[in-house]
Amino acid sequence: MDFLLTPDPGLVFWTTLTFGILAFVLKKFAWGPILDALKFREETIEHSLQAAERAKTEVEDLAKLRQEMIDSAKNERDELLKETRELKDKILSEARSEAQLEANKMIESARKQIKAEKLIAIKDLKKQVAVMSIDIASNIIESELKDEGKQKEIIDKYLDNVNFN
Amino acid sequence: MRRFLIFLLLVTCVFQLRASDDKTVNHDSEESFDPTDLIMHHISDSHVWHVVSWGEGEHQKHIEIPLPIILFEEGKLHLFLYSRFDHDTNIAESKGSYFLYYHGKIYNTDSSGKIEIDPEGHIINSKPIDFSLTRNVWSMWISVVLIIWIFLSVAKKYNGELVKPRGIQSLFEPIILFVKEDIVDMQIGKEKGAKYAPYLLTVFFFIWVNNLIGLVPFFPGGSNFTGNISVTLVLALTTFFITNLNGSKSYWKHTLTAPGVPFFVKVLLVPVEVIGLFTKPFALMIRLLANITAGHIIILSLISLIFILKTVYISPVSILLTMVMFMLELLVAVLQAYIFTLLSALFIGMAVTDEEH
Repeated sequence: MDFLLTPDPGLVFWTTLTFGILAFVLKKFAWGPILDALKFREETIEHSLQAAERAKTEVEDLAKLRQEMIDSAKNERDELLKETRELKDKILSEARSEAQLEANKMIESARKQIKAEKLIAIKDLKKQVAVMSIDIASNIIESELKDEGKQKEIIDKYLDNVNFN
Repeated sequence: MRRFLIFLLLVTCVFQLRASDDKTVNHDSEESFDPTDLIMHHISDSHVWHVVSWGEGEHQKHIEIPLPIILFEEGKLHLFLYSRFDHDTNIAESKGSYFLYYHGKIYNTDSSGKIEIDPEGHIINSKPIDFSLTRNVWSMWISVVLIIWIFLSVAKKYNGELVKPRGIQSLFEPIILFVKEDIVDMQIGKEKGAKYAPYLLTVFFFIWVNNLIGLVPFFPGGSNFTGNISVTLVLALTTFFITNLNGSKSYWKHTLTAPGVPFFVKVLLVPVEVIGLFTKPFALMIRLLANITAGHIIILSLISLIFILKTVYISPVSILLTMVMFMLELLVAVLQAYIFTLLSALFIGMAVTDEEH
């Protein structure tokens, strides 16, 4: 059994040599590149996650900004609409009152004109009536005055109507 | 992975069945079966790689790969293959020196193969310095080629582009990340850990892959590499040196002066702390060795049961128990790699920390 616990110098030598070479080769050509790549990957993943987080907040900010813009645009539109409606109402009422005024003026002038025309017409009529009356009177007088009695009667009648006061 | 494991288990069963058939047919001719010898032979190192044997007695045939023997003796380098050892006498001649191969060890001898034995039965011939490329060395090299091939192809997939892990990369990336994050970063810290991550990753996969290769029941697996004290010694010493050569000021202050305790306690505590410097890696060394060797011994014992009881009817029990053990050993293989790495990271973490506590 003693061989189990007695190191053999030859095997110790070969193991040391081989293990040393193995460790060197693996360190240079395997663990170095592998661990570097894993570290690189880890860092890249971390960076990507951070970038994604940043992008997410950016997108959220943008969405918020867009919402704000939409809201303000909507408000602006509403205001504009309101203003426009007010303006329209104002314009309409102004136009209406102006038209009313104009109409009133026109009516007034028409009325005046009518009145004037009427006066003229009346005057004219009076004139014509007078003329006609004279004609009639003259005709009557002509016919009446043929008879003496009648002349006298008319003069009397006239004189009755005339008061001497 | 799972398919591979099932395949492994199936192969194990078939292997055992065949073995049991062979042996039960000729159990009359067997003298007596010594499981200790078989098991010790399996778990110890060897200068020859035995692939398969068949036949019996005179007609027994072996396929084995003779491994290179490298010896230093009296300033001379001896290089030859195991096959130079004589089949009957186990003696090999090289450059005028004679060597005897006996139970996995090489001894100096003369042309007649003289053996000196002490009263307790141990051979006391002197030994040459043995740097042979033994079965464990080749097993380790297979694992190293495998590990390098796997992780270089994994590393090749990380070519600067950010893509989803594919194929072999997606299999090993979680394990690498587990070691990196749950062992290194947790025990040492993210910043300081980066320096030690390559060593800890290497030691984790080195132990794991070698444990798994040790569980493969046929050539070229089955060596008890991570259950060999030379191997665990090297790994534990590496951790020991990394820990103590990078020890921070507060670590040494804490170890050597035990601040904040009364003087008479210091007298007791400081030696304990100093001894603790060495017991930690010692425990690492023994834990790995004992766990892996125990696993091999249990599996081999369960299979040996068939030959000890000399009946084929026990084989279902043996096979079932061996399968259960195999599953357990697959867990132990990764568990021991994890424990070794975790404790190494813990020790390094304790040594490099700056904070006072």
